[in-house]
Amino acid sequence: MRRDQASRKARRARRVRLLSACSAVSAWIVVALVTVQAQPPQGRGGGRGQITSPRNAYPDRPAGDPAAIERGRALYSVNCAFCHGADTRGGDQGPSLLRSGVVLDDQRGELMAPVVQNGRTDRGMPKFAFSTEQIADIAAFVHTFRAAGYDESRQKPPSILVGDPRAGEAYFGAKCASCHSTSGDLRGIATKIVDEKVLQQTWLMPGGGGRGRGAASPVAPPVPTAIVTLPSGERIEGRVEHMDDFVIALMTADGSHRSVRTDSDAVKVDVRDPLQQHRELLRVYTDRDIHNVTAYLVTLK
Amino acid sequence: MTRSAKAFALQLAAAIALVLTVRASDGLDPAALLKPLSDSWPSYSGDYTGRRYSALKQIDQSNVKHLSLAWVAKLAGGPGNATGPALPPPFGPPPTSVGGEGRGDVVVAGQTTIKGSILEVNDVLYVTAPDNVWALDAHDGHELWHYFWRTKGGTHIGNRGAAMWGNYLFFVTPDDYFVSIDARTGKERWHKEAASFQQQYFLTSAPTTIGNHIIVGTGNDLDSPGYLTSYDPETGAQQWRFYTVPMNPGDPGLDTWKNIDAARHGGGHPWLPGVYDPEQHLYIFGTGNPTPAYTAQARGEGDNLFTCAIVAVNVDTGKMAWYYQTSPHDTHDWDSAQTPILVDGDFRGSGPRKMVLTASRNGYYFTLDRVSGERLVTSKFSDTVNWAKPDLNQRGQPVRDPAKDHDIAGALVSSANGGATNWPPPSFSPDTGLFYVPLSESFAMYYLTETDARGAMGLGGKEEIGVGSLGNYIIAIDPKTGKTVWRHKFRTAGAARGASGLLTTAGRLLFGGDVSGNFVAFDPATGRPLWHTQLGQVTNAPETYLVEGHQYVLVAAGDSLYAFTLN
Repeated sequence: MRRDQASRKARRARRVRLLSACSAVSAWIVVALVTVQAQPPQGRGGGRGQITSPRNAYPDRPAGDPAAIERGRALYSVNCAFCHGADTRGGDQGPSLLRSGVVLDDQRGELMAPVVQNGRTDRGMPKFAFSTEQIADIAAFVHTFRAAGYDESRQKPPSILVGDPRAGEAYFGAKCASCHSTSGDLRGIATKIVDEKVLQQTWLMPGGGGRGRGAASPVAPPVPTAIVTLPSGERIEGRVEHMDDFVIALMTADGSHRSVRTDSDAVKVDVRDPLQQHRELLRVYTDRDIHNVTAYLVTLK
Repeated sequence: MTRSAKAFALQLAAAIALVLTVRASDGLDPAALLKPLSDSWPSYSGDYTGRRYSALKQIDQSNVKHLSLAWVAKLAGGPGNATGPALPPPFGPPPTSVGGEGRGDVVVAGQTTIKGSILEVNDVLYVTAPDNVWALDAHDGHELWHYFWRTKGGTHIGNRGAAMWGNYLFFVTPDDYFVSIDARTGKERWHKEAASFQQQYFLTSAPTTIGNHIIVGTGNDLDSPGYLTSYDPETGAQQWRFYTVPMNPGDPGLDTWKNIDAARHGGGHPWLPGVYDPEQHLYIFGTGNPTPAYTAQARGEGDNLFTCAIVAVNVDTGKMAWYYQTSPHDTHDWDSAQTPILVDGDFRGSGPRKMVLTASRNGYYFTLDRVSGERLVTSKFSDTVNWAKPDLNQRGQPVRDPAKDHDIAGALVSSANGGATNWPPPSFSPDTGLFYVPLSESFAMYYLTETDARGAMGLGGKEEIGVGSLGNYIIAIDPKTGKTVWRHKFRTAGAARGASGLLTTAGRLLFGGDVSGNFVAFDPATGRPLWHTQLGQVTNAPETYLVEGHQYVLVAAGDSLYAFTLN
């Protein structure tokens, strides 16, 4: 991370935190999130239901006693949150508990208790004179936070609009305008594709983007065409339906299907990939070019 | 008796017992694993070199066009006919033995997919998929037994195969058990907990048999330490454990992490089996990415040793002999866990060298001296890879360009997350002196989504969206120069996916699956296809073996195994 970028990101992160601290609405959202996390979400695998992806491969903990969770929340917020963070994800002094092996392996405070009661003085953690019951309450609260590397609940993407629209317009004129027109094929593109990230993905590679896993792209990718020249001199032209090192299958203009073996040097195959320029440009763009063009295209309402 | 004489007598007795155990059986003698790959396929890579080069040459360039299907075996995972077959043998399949700690209420969606190596020992094939092991007759593919493990959960992404010692088989499960089965019956001998399920480990690797050690590597996509464990094949007792990241004050590499808490959650999982140099007693393997993978600030600015490295450990002690890091401070989840390859030979006129070769997921190729760990060659084997600065550092390592980590507004990075290459194993042919590896050239936008300064866990904190492929290839690299000698680009109009793992043979053939569902034999000197057949996507690396005088080529596509021979 470049230094200026790093400080920009840090500023943005601080702003996000400040906003959530100041806004009553955001505070409500934080409470709601904690409440949701306290209840096992549906659809997780491992011990209950289907494993369909790494996102649901591990079982949820059984729901804890709400009263114990509330007692634990109070104890945690007073005694633990300063170092380990209000959300157990760590603070300036203490490490994240969410990924701690002790916490993950713990069931009802039995593994957390020795650490809490004895401290880890070599690492700056003091002893706490809590009873076993109190530690079980703290554990019940800590276990309401789910440890996950694939945690969609934390994916609240900030705006990606950081570019300069005028620089983007100039870049568009130089690199894109030979094929595309803002009064023609791209007229109102930002009205048709409202999500700015999807818009960015779509202009980078039409049909190749779409947000997240399995999301449909707002435009269909253009299909390659090919001209096949047989040893007899016959030329077959059409949309490519299948193509590998050995066979090409085409649909010709009259709607008929032709399949030709191509594993002979006597057969010539000339493929026209309508996205070839888009592919070549991937080697050319700077990230700033991409951000600028996106900032320009979102103005095309 | 003196103390040392007593110890000697005990060792001698143990050695005799070991020899008797193995000799008394018709199973696999560990000494057979020291032989170059030929009639059978007794380990993950076939032999300890990782070359996947077989001396078999009944099938060769002159007759490969006559290669045709001998048999197909479609495998069905799950508890199956655990309560007994509908029809008694030999009319129905044999019953399934069921083990496992799960309650039987976890359904794993999706079909059985074979993504690992298949052992071939004494005319029997041993095949795995997550939670499943089968024994098949190598002549005709008919099922001899099936074992099913009732899972507690865990990521069921794949299983890379079993290991064998005498008449015992060993495999690992997604819910973190190390399981031993009697290879003659398919009945479980015992199982051991090999990693913490609560910490979200999931085990996928094939164990490795070396002498009386069975070596097992971990996998995990959360923040956890990677490690190898060596087990006793008889009892399953732990012999040693080697962590790939510093775990205690004073451990080497600790100064490359922000603090010990970061190191102990630093990843570096040995996802794939390594190779073995019997002269140096070194087990040589690759390690995975550091964690958190993308939001790296919690790891500090250092190299994060020993993640993304080739590491050599003494097989008897589990102590590290040397390491070479191929991606200092990785920020893209690009493992260096690919199985390396051992080659001996002259290196640019400097005399004979014992070398180790690896093509890393980050798009860089390395030749190292495997006695010292000294780097001999670094090259970039993908033209599109753009995450590193133009110049290597003094140690020959690529230097990351922080602007290409990720960005809130998106950073255009090559490769996409899958990398320039991935787990499908490479191959080396001594006939051509070339190293063969599948290559994908792709771009993705990497967006930072976690703005909390503390970062995310595991693979979180980013959104990564592929924006285009510039081609998929098999390439041939000269290990002495690192230069690509040829590259075969697959013609395709469909979605981009990489080629399968590879096999070379003394019949001067290179086998692999292409990106369009063809299984292909290439000329290893040029990359020209010589034979092909359409199977659907090949999902493992092809293998070869000899039964009753016939050479077979064996490959998996999804839930089915296909065996080819000269009919």
